[in-house]
Amino acid sequence: MALTGVEIFKLLPKTNCKKCGFPTCLAFAMKLAQRQASLDLCPDVSEEARQKLGEASAPPVRPITLGTGESAVKMGEETVLFRHDKKFVNPCVFALGIKDTLSSEEIEKKIDEVRNSVIDRVGQKLKIDAIALLNDSGSPEKFGNLAKILSEKAPEIPVILCTTNLSAAETSAKLYADRKPVIYGANSENFEEMSKIAKNYRATLGIAASSSGGLNELSELTEKVKKLGIEDMVIDSGARKAKEILEHNTLIRRAAIKKNFKPLGYPIITFAQREDNLLETLVAALGITKYSSIIVLSSIERWKNLALFTLRQNIYTDPQVPMQVEQKIYKIGEPTEESPLLITTNFSLTYFIVSGEVENSKVASYLAVMDCEGLSVLTAWAAGKFTASKIAQFIKESGIEGSIKHRELIIPGYVAILSGSIEDKLEGWKVTVGPREANGIPAFMKSRMK
Amino acid sequence: MAFIPPKETYPGRVYSVSIGTGQKEITVGGENVLSFHSFEGTVPNRPLIAHEIQDVPPTDWPESVQKPYIDVYANPVSWAKYCQDVLNAKAIALRLIGTHPDRENRSAEEAARTVKEVVDSIDIPLIILGSNHTEKDSSVLIAAAEASKDRNCIIGKAQEANYKTIAAAAVANNHKLIAMSELDINLSKQLNILITQMGFDKEKIIIDPMCSALGYGLEYTYSVMERIRLAGLAQNDPTMQQPIMGDVGMYVWKVKETIADEKDVPLWGNTEERGITWEAVTAISMLIAGAEILIMRHPKAIEAIEKMIDELM
Repeated sequence: MALTGVEIFKLLPKTNCKKCGFPTCLAFAMKLAQRQASLDLCPDVSEEARQKLGEASAPPVRPITLGTGESAVKMGEETVLFRHDKKFVNPCVFALGIKDTLSSEEIEKKIDEVRNSVIDRVGQKLKIDAIALLNDSGSPEKFGNLAKILSEKAPEIPVILCTTNLSAAETSAKLYADRKPVIYGANSENFEEMSKIAKNYRATLGIAASSSGGLNELSELTEKVKKLGIEDMVIDSGARKAKEILEHNTLIRRAAIKKNFKPLGYPIITFAQREDNLLETLVAALGITKYSSIIVLSSIERWKNLALFTLRQNIYTDPQVPMQVEQKIYKIGEPTEESPLLITTNFSLTYFIVSGEVENSKVASYLAVMDCEGLSVLTAWAAGKFTASKIAQFIKESGIEGSIKHRELIIPGYVAILSGSIEDKLEGWKVTVGPREANGIPAFMKSRMK
Repeated sequence: MAFIPPKETYPGRVYSVSIGTGQKEITVGGENVLSFHSFEGTVPNRPLIAHEIQDVPPTDWPESVQKPYIDVYANPVSWAKYCQDVLNAKAIALRLIGTHPDRENRSAEEAARTVKEVVDSIDIPLIILGSNHTEKDSSVLIAAAEASKDRNCIIGKAQEANYKTIAAAAVANNHKLIAMSELDINLSKQLNILITQMGFDKEKIIIDPMCSALGYGLEYTYSVMERIRLAGLAQNDPTMQQPIMGDVGMYVWKVKETIADEKDVPLWGNTEERGITWEAVTAISMLIAGAEILIMRHPKAIEAIEKMIDELM
C-alpha cells in the first residue's frame, strides 16, 4: 500500500535538519508521498525506515528496460487504468516472433524486416522494437543457433529468449549477457534453475503461469522468484484468448495500481499470434489498449505495422497536452500557382478535420498550418497566438509567395474580425473569410468555383 | 500474499435497447460492467455491427471498399439484400447521403421512397442516417421515419440544431434516435437532457459522441466513450446510460491511409489490406472503449470484427 505523507513522516528522524533541502521533515514527507523527492536526500534515515519506505515508494508497475544502448526500450511504470486520468507512460513493445525452425536465410530476411520497419508519423519514429526467439523445435542446438545468428547479425535489436529448456536458455543468455534480454522462461517446474541463469547473465526473467493456474499461480511464482533474488520480471498469466487477455490484464493492472499488490506489479507479455493475420492484428490492438507491455507478433507486414504503430501512438499520447502538427504549408492534392491558400492552427485535431474537409472538396489547395502551441482556432485567437501580425509574419516567412500567383488568404470564419488588420499588415494581399466550421469548407470551395 | 481478484461492481447499467421487429429483432446494451468485462458482471448482448449502404452509388468511397459492392450498389435494394442474404449482415445502415445539397440534392420524398423500398426488402433491423446537413436532415428524416413507421428503426443523427423535429418524428413512428454531439462528454449529456425534456424516452436514445479514425483523433473518441461509460456505470448517471454508436466507416474511408496507393507510399504496404485493417483496428478500439453499435463498410473488416467479438464474449 502507498503510504500517506503523515505515515512517512512518522518514519523520518523528525529533526527538521533541512539537509534534504526541505524546511521540515513533514514537508519532505509530503514530497515523498507525491513521489516528487527521493529518500536518498535524507542522510539520517534509519535502515528500517529505508526498507519500509523503499517498498512503499516503488512504482506500482516495476520499471524494466529491455535491451541496451540506443535501441533499449523502457516498460512498466504505469500509474493509471484509464488514459483520460493521466498519460500512459511507456508504450508497449512490439516483438516479432522468429522460430528456430527457420533456415538462416529466412532468419536474415526477418531481421531485415525488423530493421526496415521504421515509419515516421507525426514527427515520431515508430518501429518494431524487439525480436522474440521461439524454441518451436524443442532442440537446444537449434535455439542456440538462432540466438547466435541474431547476436551476430543484429546485436542492436533487443531480444526475448522464449524457451523453457534450461540448456537452450543458458546458451542463449550467455550470448546476451549484460544486454538486458528477457528470458521467458520460468514456470512452476523450472523457476529455480531459470532464476540462476537470469541472475548469472543479469537478464530479466519472464514468468509464465499455466493456463489453468492463472493469476494465482502467477503471483505465487513471482514471489518465489523474488525470494531467489530476482527483481526484474515480466509476467504471463497464460491468457491466449482475447477474453482472458482482457480479464487478466485488467485484473493485473488494477491489483498493481489500486491495491499496490507487488507480486503482479510487473510488465505483462502478451502472445497475440494467430493463423488469421487480421485477427492477430486485432488481438494486438487489444493488448495496446488494455495494458500489455510486450506484444509478440507472428508477422510484421507494413500495413499491419502502420495500423498498430498508429494505435499505440494514439493511446499513449498525453491527454493533457494537445497533439500538434508541424508548422508549414501543407499541399492538399496537387496545387498549382492558382490554387487557393487557407490558414488554420496546428492543433492536430483541427488540422486533421480541416485538411480532411479540404480534401473532400476535391479542390487542390495549400493549407497554411501555423504554430499556435496546439490550440484550436478560437482558443488560439483568444490567447493572442493567432493574431494578424503573427499570421502576416508566418505567411511572409513561409515562402508561399513564390509558389502562388494570387495574393488571397482564406481565414477561418471564427476570426473574421482579423481580416482588416491582416490586410493592413500583409501588403498587396486580400483576405477572404471562410466558413466557421470545417464541414462548411466543401460548399465554400464549390461556391468559389462558380 | 494471496491474490484476491480486484473485481469492480457498479451501481449503473446500460439500457437494453431493441431494434427491428419479429424474429430478427436485436437487443444491444444491458451490461452492468465495462465492455467485455463479463468476469465481474453481466454482458447479456453482443455489440451490433451494421453494414453501411447508401441511397446513391458510393462514387466517393475509395476503390478498395467500392469493389465488394460493385455489382449491387447501383440500387440500394439490391445492395441491402446482398448484405443481408450473402454477407449475413445483422443490420443495415442506410445513409441518405444523396439528399445533401452539395451532392445529388435528392428530395425528402425521393429519400422516403428509397427507405420504404429498402425496409420492405429486408427483415433485419435498419438504421437510417441523414446526410449530416442539419437543415436538410430535419425534413429528410421526418419523411424517412414515416416511410419506415413501426419497423423499430434507429434514425439520426439528431444534433443540437435539429433534434426537436427529428425526435418528434422518431416518437410518432416508433423509432429509436441517435443523439450526436462533437467529442465532448458534457455536450453529449446536455443533448440527451434536452431530448428527454421534450418527453422523449431516455431509454430510446443511442449516443453518438462522434467517431474519429485511427490516427485522426481516435484517442479523443476513445476517451470520451470511456468516460461516458464510466459516468453511466460508476456514477449511475441516468443521462449517460444509453448504448453508444460509432460511425466508423465514414471516418475511416476518407483518410490517406485507406486511400493512398502503395506505389506512392511503399512504406505503408498493400493499399487494400491497409484500408481493411484501418477500419477493423478503429472498430475494435471503439468497442473496447464502450461502443455497442458500429457502422462499418468493408465486408472483410466486419468479418474480422465479428470473429474478434466471438473471442471476447
